Amino acid sequence: MNAIGWPNWRRLNQEGIVFAIAILLFAAAAIGLPGFLTADNLVAIVRSVSVLGILALGMAVVIIGRGIDLSAVAIMAMSVAWYLQLVNTGTSDGLAFGYVLAGVLAIGLLNGFLVAYADVPAIFVTLATGSFVFGYVRSQLITQDAVPVPGGHWVELLGGVRFLDIPVEVFVFAGLALLFFLFLRYTKWGRFIYFAGDNPVAARNIGVPVRPMLVLRYMLSAFVALIAGLLTAASLHSINTRIVNSTLLYDIVLVAVIGGIGLSGGRGGVRNVLVGAALIGILLNAMTIIDIPLLYQNLIKAAILLGAIIVDGIINPRDEQTAQQGDI
Amino acid sequence: MNFRERLQAWRYNLVPDHLVGEILTKRWTDNAIPFLALVATLGVFGSIIPGFFKLTSLQESTRQLGEFSLVVIGMTVVMLGGGIDLSVGSIFALSCFSAVYVFFILEQSVWLALAAALATGLVFGAINGYLVGYLRLRAFLTTLVTFIFGRALFDILVTTYAADVQLSQASSDVLDFIGDGTFWGLSVSVWLAIILAIVTHIALTRSRPGWHVLAVGGSRRSAHNAGIRVRRTVFMTYVFSGFCASIGGFLIACRLSGAGPGTGLNLEIMALTAAVVGGVSLGGGRGSVIKGLMGAIIVLTMTNGLIRLGYGTGTNQMVLGIMLAVAVTIDIRWLKNRHKVLNEVYVAPVYLKMGETQSAAPGSGTSYELDNRLSAADHIGLGELEGPEDVILDRDDHLYCGTRHGEIVRFFAPDYVKSEVFAHIGGFPLGLAFDRDGNLISCVGAMGLYSVSPDREVKRLSAETSRSWTSIVDDARLRDPNDCDIAPDGRIYFTDSTKRYDAHDWALDSIENRATGRLLVYDPKDGSTKTLLDGYRYTNGVCMAHDGKSLFFAESWACRVHRYWLEGPKAGTAECVIRDMPGYPDNINRASDGNYWMAWLGMRTPSFDLSLRHPDMRKRMTRRLPQDEWLFPNINTGGVVKFNEKGGIVEAMGDLSGDAHPMVTSMREHKGYLFVGGILNNRVGRYRIEDADPNWTSPASYWGGKP
Repeated sequence: MNAIGWPNWRRLNQEGIVFAIAILLFAAAAIGLPGFLTADNLVAIVRSVSVLGILALGMAVVIIGRGIDLSAVAIMAMSVAWYLQLVNTGTSDGLAFGYVLAGVLAIGLLNGFLVAYADVPAIFVTLATGSFVFGYVRSQLITQDAVPVPGGHWVELLGGVRFLDIPVEVFVFAGLALLFFLFLRYTKWGRFIYFAGDNPVAARNIGVPVRPMLVLRYMLSAFVALIAGLLTAASLHSINTRIVNSTLLYDIVLVAVIGGIGLSGGRGGVRNVLVGAALIGILLNAMTIIDIPLLYQNLIKAAILLGAIIVDGIINPRDEQTAQQGDI
Repeated sequence: MNFRERLQAWRYNLVPDHLVGEILTKRWTDNAIPFLALVATLGVFGSIIPGFFKLTSLQESTRQLGEFSLVVIGMTVVMLGGGIDLSVGSIFALSCFSAVYVFFILEQSVWLALAAALATGLVFGAINGYLVGYLRLRAFLTTLVTFIFGRALFDILVTTYAADVQLSQASSDVLDFIGDGTFWGLSVSVWLAIILAIVTHIALTRSRPGWHVLAVGGSRRSAHNAGIRVRRTVFMTYVFSGFCASIGGFLIACRLSGAGPGTGLNLEIMALTAAVVGGVSLGGGRGSVIKGLMGAIIVLTMTNGLIRLGYGTGTNQMVLGIMLAVAVTIDIRWLKNRHKVLNEVYVAPVYLKMGETQSAAPGSGTSYELDNRLSAADHIGLGELEGPEDVILDRDDHLYCGTRHGEIVRFFAPDYVKSEVFAHIGGFPLGLAFDRDGNLISCVGAMGLYSVSPDREVKRLSAETSRSWTSIVDDARLRDPNDCDIAPDGRIYFTDSTKRYDAHDWALDSIENRATGRLLVYDPKDGSTKTLLDGYRYTNGVCMAHDGKSLFFAESWACRVHRYWLEGPKAGTAECVIRDMPGYPDNINRASDGNYWMAWLGMRTPSFDLSLRHPDMRKRMTRRLPQDEWLFPNINTGGVVKFNEKGGIVEAMGDLSGDAHPMVTSMREHKGYLFVGGILNNRVGRYRIEDADPNWTSPASYWGGKP
């Protein structure tokens, strides 16, 4: 796969396959499903994947750097829940946001520190911090599962912002995608992420500050999760912390992996996130139109994710001789 | 001794620093942390929660513990094989549902329900195993996905059939007994967990498939290269995990008589936390079933305890998250730094003030005065030999010496040009002695006491002595058997130089200077080995006195020679006969004129003597400097010293040129010649001794004339 430029159509790769499937699915849905190819529905598709896509952008940056962030959903839901709880109980808005921002960055810092400096595998660190963030905020800081957005609060107003009848989260997603694209493609630090993901030891040897960058990636991922959480609260006028126990986290990984970002790091980019998000968006929308129950949707998503991982494993096979010990 | 030195002597000789290092070398320290955590957890919750240790309360909580332990055992095996199984919760739930479905809806027997549960678990485990083992997918993500898949399936099934299960009239005494009954005070689930734990433990530690799992987890690549079927082994671990989870699922089906949306929820993170908290290492190879069980008890006590204490929603996750993060971090850091810490703290030098000595410098006029006589020695086997620590000659004048390759080489008389490998033992053969029957007895460094018969049959005589009760380091094993000699009654007296270091780490022992050298005796009559004396600074050469009633042994780092009485009024006691020599003594052997030859492996230097009075400096030195910059005994100059029965020095000779025999570790007189060996030398020297008895041989001196 060429990391820069358009997909190479002569060679089949995962991104190409997924893109083709997305187009086919789109065409099939457009022909077969009434009401699919309407402007409203298309906006709904993009809107439905916006938050997912934003989270996937943060996840993508972490995965490209050979990591993973399983605490993203917990940070997203719990930070906003805590923020709204603080506002609801009378803390001034600026102070509350300052607390939450500091908390979010602190969790990102903790993730990054444990991964970078304590050499703990990222999956365990983020699994643990995700569990901790949920448990701590749920048991100590908020009183019920769902926290409503107070009336007239800026988060509520944000949810109502429309431009050309397109809700604001779509623009945020597009803007962030552009920013991440520029960052990964044209900045030195963006390129360094690929080096570090491809071969951390070599990157460190040529003088790339691998460990500080790792910490910053997890802080970035946490910050992106906060943005996604605010947008979720804006559109739903409340935040339900039960989302942490849902399959949203796996949807994020799904978007990134199915788009072709290799879990072994060093490959992929924003385009892969967009392709993955397109497929998932179309799929979810089509399933909703056909009226498949949510439980079955989960089953189908899991099956697709499994297929994506198997294909990833076949395209990027691991070798008995070069596999890293403890690389699980 | 000034005040500073007195303080240092107290600090370093009385505080047992060396115990820290010795404890760290123990494998059980891996278990100590989870065990302490277990005790602390039980103690804290037992004292906070009233009635925690009451029988009924324990029965209820152990029932749950049994189910959970089963799942953790499966997780432990998968983790030992280098993988991870996050789908245990789903397997648990689906197996539970299978059992419920077969029993309540199909109204079949309990045993069919069990079979259905097991089949579910095995199939699910086989899918995981196929994906991770054969397709080589990443265990974490793959099992995460199969976990979501299984969970989604379970949610669908439960919502579909919940009403039917509620309405079912099926009931069975067997089911109730499995669910609620007790057997000898323990519930069925606990019994099953105990049995499975024992079976798994035995399988892991004492069977080929178990070893394969540990080998694959320890180093997948090496296991693959060694011919172990890595993929099949990994596959089997997941199947086993599925099996364990399905038994757990069956048990909860019996206990709750149904399946609900909460069945097996969060079980994967709990089981993972339990395994890691118990000390099962991520990435495989290190851990045991016992550790997994300890972790299971800790985690379940904590989560249940918090619920019983009334903490709200989310507390569990918070505590699990903290426990997981702390345990994983400790595990990784411990694994990574244990050796570093061990290297840092193992060397624990003591204070010693060496006595004033006479000079051995040429022209100093003392009896120790070295000359250049040994530089005139002929060489035998120059360039062919590496490390002839000891040399010995038999009745037919053939010459034997050990080499660092673990061989005993024989040079043929009379010219000692032709040679052959007499015997291959391994280790590093050091001290040599012939017994009455012509067997060659050798102290083999790092191995033990060995005997080589005239027809070259190698036999191990002793590799261990009795364990002392107070020693932490295993002092039964002979770490550095150094020299031996044989009493007229056939008993073999030999030295083991140090308890704390392997033979090749002798330099560290000299820097530490701790008195751990021993004198031991092997009795060929009953094959027993006994420790006679303990607490010398590197016991080295041993030599039977001419009358056979006492023996001399060298204490290298203290530069002393002691006499140990075998009979007479002082039998069983040792007295120092030579002290404060200018050189470090090595082997001692008989001389033809009734005196004794003693080798000096090196010479004392004022700088090293001074460093012995500064243990803190030596400690810093071993920690901070690379090994080749350490200050340790000078072994570039040595010599041969003759002393008499009373310990008086008769003469000393050396090689001042440093070309042929800079250091000497042994010498053997034979028919007017002195054969000289050195552990770092590449030859054996033969030096003609003036006015020596040209017919005297060592075998004849020990065992009389030719039989």
